Amino acid sequence: MDSNRSLVAERRSSKAGRAALVAVPALFLGYFFLYPLVSITIRGLTVDGNIDVGVIGDVLLDPTLQGIAWFTLWQAVVSTVLTVAFALPAAWIFARFEFRGKRVLRAATLVPFVLPTLVVGTAFLALAGPRGITGVDLTGTLWIILIAHVFYNYAIVVRGVSAYWERIDPALEDAAKALGASSTTVFRTVTLPLLRPAIASTSALVFLFAFTSFGVVLLLGDLTYTTIEVEIWRQATAFLRLDVASTLAVLQILGVGVILIAYGRFQRRTTVTFRHDVSRPPKPSTRRERSAVRAVVASMIIILGVPIAALVWMSFVEPGGGLGFGNYSSLGSLPSQSAAFVDPIEAIWNSLRFATAASVIALVIGVIASAALSYTSRRVSSGLEVFVMLPLGTSAVTIGFGFLVALDWPIDLRSSLILIPIAHALVAIPFVVRSTVPTLGSVRRQLREAAAALGASPWRAWWTVEFRLIGRAILVGAAFAFAISMGEFGATAFIARPAAPTVPIAIFKLLGRPGATPFGAAVALSVILMAITAAAILIIDSVRPEQRGEL
Amino acid sequence: MNARSIKFIAAALVVGTIATACSSEAEPDEIVLLTHDSFALSPGVLNAFTVETGVSVVHITGGDAGTMINQAVLTKDNPIADVIFGVDNTFISRAVANNLFVPYLASAIETVSEDQRLEEDWATPITFGDVCVNFHISGLEDRAVSPPGSLQSLVQPEYRDLLVVQDPATSSPGLAFLAATVSAYPEGSNYDWRDYWVDLFANGVSVASDWTEAYASQFSQSGGDRPLVVSYASSPPVEVLFGELTEAPTGVMTDGCFRQIEYAGIVKGTDHEETAGKLVDFLLSKAVQEDIPLNMFVYPTNRTADLPDVFVRFTAFPDSPLIMDPDVIDDNRERWIEEWTAIARS
Repeated sequence: MDSNRSLVAERRSSKAGRAALVAVPALFLGYFFLYPLVSITIRGLTVDGNIDVGVIGDVLLDPTLQGIAWFTLWQAVVSTVLTVAFALPAAWIFARFEFRGKRVLRAATLVPFVLPTLVVGTAFLALAGPRGITGVDLTGTLWIILIAHVFYNYAIVVRGVSAYWERIDPALEDAAKALGASSTTVFRTVTLPLLRPAIASTSALVFLFAFTSFGVVLLLGDLTYTTIEVEIWRQATAFLRLDVASTLAVLQILGVGVILIAYGRFQRRTTVTFRHDVSRPPKPSTRRERSAVRAVVASMIIILGVPIAALVWMSFVEPGGGLGFGNYSSLGSLPSQSAAFVDPIEAIWNSLRFATAASVIALVIGVIASAALSYTSRRVSSGLEVFVMLPLGTSAVTIGFGFLVALDWPIDLRSSLILIPIAHALVAIPFVVRSTVPTLGSVRRQLREAAAALGASPWRAWWTVEFRLIGRAILVGAAFAFAISMGEFGATAFIARPAAPTVPIAIFKLLGRPGATPFGAAVALSVILMAITAAAILIIDSVRPEQRGEL
Repeated sequence: MNARSIKFIAAALVVGTIATACSSEAEPDEIVLLTHDSFALSPGVLNAFTVETGVSVVHITGGDAGTMINQAVLTKDNPIADVIFGVDNTFISRAVANNLFVPYLASAIETVSEDQRLEEDWATPITFGDVCVNFHISGLEDRAVSPPGSLQSLVQPEYRDLLVVQDPATSSPGLAFLAATVSAYPEGSNYDWRDYWVDLFANGVSVASDWTEAYASQFSQSGGDRPLVVSYASSPPVEVLFGELTEAPTGVMTDGCFRQIEYAGIVKGTDHEETAGKLVDFLLSKAVQEDIPLNMFVYPTNRTADLPDVFVRFTAFPDSPLIMDPDVIDDNRERWIEEWTAIARS
């Protein structure tokens, strides 16, 4: 009898617990995403006090806008496929081999993430512009957009998939090999199906980034290529056509929502036999393995290393033409010449503060959301999953303006500094969730049940079992959250903010002045931004949750 | 709810409103100034206002000028700022039409040239500057062509593939240059601005999304491949100052310049109208006006302000910049941009 009663009580408490798990992310997203979004949409469609939906028809039937929507969709698909194709081999070597420079290389994958588009664009033009050193002029072509998307989003797939891959027991592949399967057959029939949740997860993120691509398309797309995101911005800020902008924003979200739902259906939830103790992978042993690792590292150096090296090189070319630290020293002297420049130390400090705050917010909300996704019914979880992902597929202009219209209630947060990390967290939460859920979903239920049977409370069982097992995955999310905030992703460009300049803002201020000195200083500051980000990611990567073995 | 309690609540509301209204007469602790990103004054300059009035200035930035006006329009029912600075003459009519301002002119308005003032006194001119084609002197020498003398020369074969402009939909100098061409080649004439742009595109003009991309990335002075760029008449002194040079590496074509004027105004709905007026006065005072040239690289509108030598020496001052009625710009902006985009894409 007693044990029955306690079972009922436990079920009740776990039901309340599950509701709480869903409520925390739902309230956060409800207030900081849905409420601003609905407010700005109503505001945009309101003409003389009445909501006018006539504009929706005009937008849907406009052939130019149809063309933009179609381009947005297909370039996102192509960008995603290319990114996955280039990134999978890198994920493989990170998961399966130990080699020299691995940690630094892994941290370096995130560097492109934080670079301002204009800086990357300048590096690309130095390589493949009209006077580029490769001799190939890609300006104004679709290729340069696709290459830039691969460059920016490479890390998402590499880091997300390798964290998952290293925990798949190689014994499975070995067994297939022992049974006589060729290595391609093993990859196709064993490895790839096992990796599917992680590939699906990360490619959804890449897709959303490419779908809402703004800076890359604006800078490199000339007038020929425009995404919905760029068009929303043009309509809102150039024409002050909030009705058209709101309509496009709603259509963009609906499109993203439909794609995410279809995706969720397609994405079969596989249960992988996970190793819970991951030992350090071996060094490549055969000659084939060694040359494969070398080839993959070489491909990474070409994709990521060359543009980054071009930037580092440019940062040492002084305005006069010689080589030296002139650009770095002018970083300190320019602010004293004109108030238009920002003290770099202050900017770095601000960036680090915002990035830390954004990471903490994203981790707390993201981990709770991941738990909610894993422990609730299919119906609840698929709804919540789409909700969590939506901010990534929503126009940053819309969210930024939504904040302004909505967030003076119940207290006025509109020009508060707290909005900056919150806006970054909206973009970062999907990363935490996407890196955590696949791992959480595969934690063997028996482990937690065993803990419960041994008398642990549900919380304690969760803490001692799941949390430690997913620690690695959470840190993958944390690294992205940090990088997203360092790179000032999302709505913060469109909110009115108190003067607390960050590194990207300081770079824009430098680029916004004529003269070789400010330009050189901007490149130098970009290199500093890369270095700080890489260092921070190295630190995050080296934190390993206490567990036996190496996790 | 009975009648008595309704009366009580009504009375409380009236008292409350009067109390708030009265308190707004008193000097507030702080006043909020909304500007675009390019606003900059030397450290301590804004502090002079605090010393003078006891009110501290909270400065918030709202992105580029277009984004900032959107923010002001979206929040006009519950303003985020008391004073706005940086609405220029291509956007001021839109701001006025949206009822953003309380009419106010700074006390020193007589120091401002008459032709820079609005027909009605909605806002005070604070800065002005000219958007002109800049040329890179050695870049042109390398190609053995002389600096262009007029808008018309830019469509000549010798300047083929040399000019970079900004997209008027996404850039304010881009819009200013488009307006300059509309003004120079008015509609209704045999050869209007649309014909001009068809010729300009046929002559290989490049379009950048904004000033920064055009100047920092495509202009040959910054390492790009184009020696002509749409920029400001005051860009050469910036090159001199930050390049630590004695001669300007760039020059300005003084034909076809468009004059941009930036205004400051009191935000309608502010609780601190009186203090907001003092801040607008302060922005037109010599303390701020003399600090403007080397921080924002535009002219102060207060004609009694002294200008720094480097600024005067290297800034071109066009004899007859194109000035356009803000209402005309506002009425036509969207159509111009759409027609321009159609020409650009074809």
